[in-house]
Amino acid sequence: MTHQSPLERLLRGLALVLVVCFFIFPILWIVLMSFQTNETILRSPPSVVFRPTVSNYAAIISGHLDSNVASMGIEFMRNLMNSVILSAGSVALSLVLGVPAAYAFARHKFRGSEDIAFTLLSFRFAPPLLVLLPLTLYFQQIGLADTYLGLIWVYQLICLPLILWIVRGYFEDISPDIEHAYRIAGHSWFSTFCRISLPLAGPGIAAAALLAFIFAWNNFVFALVLASADKQPVTVGALAFVTASGIQYGQIAAAVVLSILPVLALALYAQRYLVEGLSLGAVKG
Amino acid sequence: MADMTAARTPSRRFRVPPALFPYLLSMPALLVCIGILVPFFTAVFYSLQRYRLSQPWNRAMNWGENYLDFLTDPSFWNTLEVSLLYAALTVGIELALGLGIALLLQKRTRVNNFVSIMLLMPLMTAPALAALMFKLMTNPNFGILSYFAQAIGFGDMRWGADPSTALLTVVLVDVWVYTPFIMILLLAGLRSLPTQPFEAAALDNVPRLQQFWRITLPMLTPYLLTAALFRLLDSIQQFDIIYAMTQGGPGDTLMVFQVEAYLTFFQSTNVGRSAALLIILWAITFFLSNVFIKNWLRLRERARGEA
Repeated sequence: MTHQSPLERLLRGLALVLVVCFFIFPILWIVLMSFQTNETILRSPPSVVFRPTVSNYAAIISGHLDSNVASMGIEFMRNLMNSVILSAGSVALSLVLGVPAAYAFARHKFRGSEDIAFTLLSFRFAPPLLVLLPLTLYFQQIGLADTYLGLIWVYQLICLPLILWIVRGYFEDISPDIEHAYRIAGHSWFSTFCRISLPLAGPGIAAAALLAFIFAWNNFVFALVLASADKQPVTVGALAFVTASGIQYGQIAAAVVLSILPVLALALYAQRYLVEGLSLGAVKG
Repeated sequence: MADMTAARTPSRRFRVPPALFPYLLSMPALLVCIGILVPFFTAVFYSLQRYRLSQPWNRAMNWGENYLDFLTDPSFWNTLEVSLLYAALTVGIELALGLGIALLLQKRTRVNNFVSIMLLMPLMTAPALAALMFKLMTNPNFGILSYFAQAIGFGDMRWGADPSTALLTVVLVDVWVYTPFIMILLLAGLRSLPTQPFEAAALDNVPRLQQFWRITLPMLTPYLLTAALFRLLDSIQQFDIIYAMTQGGPGDTLMVFQVEAYLTFFQSTNVGRSAALLIILWAITFFLSNVFIKNWLRLRERARGEA
């Protein structure tokens, strides 16, 4: 393993460069594009030499798109806001529902416990439209259609299995002896849970929450089916924006960059926990 | 002192019987479970009906007719074929590429760690937005990929707009987004392998290629299997990338299960057929997820055991 011939080292280096190019280049290209005007974008052959402009971002943030033909409003900032509301709301609800359940599954073997845990896990793998299509009809009847609450509830399909199974793993790693000792000292179950179990599992819970946030943010199909224009997150909004703005390529690129940037930043921050989260707790990084 | 008094009060208050306590904790999650299972059973019910949103008066049970119709429906067989082909292509390519990259990055050097973090970026990009990015990159007027294709002699390459290259284009997006997923799972697997077998093999001068086939690969199998099944389960249900790229077109080239079901529901308003399609997809994923969960549990126990 340790001794490598110069040729092998060269080939490895070359392969590594190719890999990085393939996976990073599209993001880089989109970022470059977002700082260009339509004229420089449409230049042929394409060139990396251009005078950068922030006009695309300015147009999106101010919500006004002025071209030589007409002026139109852009609702993209609203989409961004919706993404924040939906993702944060779903994660918050998931934590309230999932953390106590994860604790119960980790500490107690009770009748049906594994059944519930696996049913929740299986949601992660069922076709989402199977649940979404009947829900569109139900939601209209019970008044949840086109509400944040309805969407947040459906987003539990993504967030809850993730939170439940990762946090369960963290609780299982904590020795119950510490909790027993604290309880013998006369403390109630609730204060033991709040003062001992939660802080010890804290980093894991935070990581799971961050990941759930990323997956909720990246979701497309739930909002496509259930949300109307004013509740749509960036994933659906960006697609609608393409149809609406037609040939404003610079603005489309800027919208894409604004939509993926928050998530990339969070992912870099949480990268230590990503392996565990992505495998739903099966593999430790 | 305040703590002590607070701690004593619960005994005087109402107490939950210990046997019921875990149920109480998991009750909210259980309720959500039920809330999701209701629409699931509704879908089963719909799939057994003749039900078009445009003709509500015509709604009636027709039992298995929606399913029986599939046998003679060429568009159903097309859907099945495209879905399986898409899943096989993406998982196959991603597995090979992911394993290659993981082997490349196996050593814990600063460069390797940096690269493996950089490679997470595609994975964290929303698939729908990734498809949008590639749509811009394959734009015939200014797309950089179109430009490259032209430079090497494929001037008439129309990517997602051409039936002969549409599948290739969406597979490319899928590979771009999800190869890092397989890569980081396998990398974690590779780095957790015991070192003794490799040291013994090195002492005996076993060729590197043979080490790979006889030691690395067999020991990595649980990770490979879990990663492959995980991806297979998602890939066979792919919707975001294909819908954002071509909406299932051109023609019916990319009508995978969920896209076909979506369009059947919202464009043809044929609820019964749409539900039946999804139930068939669900049956496939249910079978796969049972196999997956067995492997996943084994890996999870191993990871916990090491903790």
